[in-house]
Amino acid sequence: MSYLTHADLGGQPGFGPVTPEPEGELFHAAWEPRALALTLAMGATGSWNIDASRAVRETLPGYENLSYYQIWLGALAQLMLQRGQVFPDELASGEMRHPAAPVARVLQAAAVPAVLAKGSPTQRPEPGPARFAVGQPVRMHLGKVDHHTRLPGYVQGKRGVIEHVHGAHVFADAHAQGQGEQPQWLYTVVFDEAELWGEGAPRQNLAVSVDAWESYLEPAA
Amino acid sequence: MSEQHHDHGHDGHEHSELGEMDLRVRALESVLTQKGYIDPAALDVLIDTYQTRIGPRNGARVVARAWVDQEFHDWLLRDATAAIASLGYTGRQGEHMVAVENTAEQHHMVVCTLCSCYPWPVLGLPPTWYKSAPYRSRAVKDPRGVLADFGTTLPESTRIRVWDSTAEVRYLVIPQRPEGTEGMGEEELAALVTRDSMIGTRRVEAPATPGSAA
Repeated sequence: MSYLTHADLGGQPGFGPVTPEPEGELFHAAWEPRALALTLAMGATGSWNIDASRAVRETLPGYENLSYYQIWLGALAQLMLQRGQVFPDELASGEMRHPAAPVARVLQAAAVPAVLAKGSPTQRPEPGPARFAVGQPVRMHLGKVDHHTRLPGYVQGKRGVIEHVHGAHVFADAHAQGQGEQPQWLYTVVFDEAELWGEGAPRQNLAVSVDAWESYLEPAA
Repeated sequence: MSEQHHDHGHDGHEHSELGEMDLRVRALESVLTQKGYIDPAALDVLIDTYQTRIGPRNGARVVARAWVDQEFHDWLLRDATAAIASLGYTGRQGEHMVAVENTAEQHHMVVCTLCSCYPWPVLGLPPTWYKSAPYRSRAVKDPRGVLADFGTTLPESTRIRVWDSTAEVRYLVIPQRPEGTEGMGEEELAALVTRDSMIGTRRVEAPATPGSAA
């Protein structure tokens, strides 16, 4: 019963070179834009939030061998199956065989531009004073949690410095688990390459930052 | 989050066979339409939006404006969300924007090691490589190797700064304005700015001007 993400890739070895592609190339099969649009349209029904959908995508069986839109599509099906919005026999047949479960809203064509332009801002009123300030050294929490998190493995336990305070934002870990928004202060934390990759790693004249919620951090001397 | 719907039997054999994926998506669209969850016409508008309206040309206009207009430049670095919104680019996957500027001393690169976070209103949908395991795994550890995959070489003295987009803040790289572009107007400049330069995997190349000594 432990949470297993397949998506936490930062610093992992063995994936080979990056293959650039031309700027105009967006899709590689006819079904991909439909899969994208279905995902966005169902997301707009308000049946789940983005953090919950990320949780399903990153734990999807076979993640490593699926193309990007296959992951999206697999997760979309999973989210709807979980909520009784579709059933396996319907996905297989393409025919409605069970009554529809009502959704909060349906994205109409005419509303698409306004809905996209509005987006879903995550900034919220500040819950209290920020615990950390720009320039302050911090240590990232160590150890895996048993749920979706936005704290990548490669920075866990590492010492960094607060570089920017972003205000309070919806806390992804809680939001993904259906525990509400629980907004927390969000910080940009910057790390030295030796801290992340060890003194022996080849030097690149590099610094890396992540955006981290307050509960990911503790003060460091 | 523990309902047992893993493995519904049909996932295993429907791998990357193109025809099967087409059928699977068509079946899904059909069921969702019959159930009244989606308006099929909305799908067409969504696709058209990201194919023709929202893409890296938006970001190129932001960069070109920053290159020619000092006041906009300073606003962009101070409050990218507002400055970018003033050009009409707002919303989904760009709700909270930060702009970072490349110089001779520091080169910025953006990645999302956990998924594919990307500033849609200014860059459109991310390219396949941005979402791929090679880029996500290597960008934070071996950015110079990644840059080499794009044919980009930076001096060792140039500090590399990688931004891992782990929350909903989205980053736009303002590439260095190439030399020899002093006389160019905003639109001409925007045409030089590439998507990859705004992610930070390439630089903006100087225009090949006939007769110029560059």
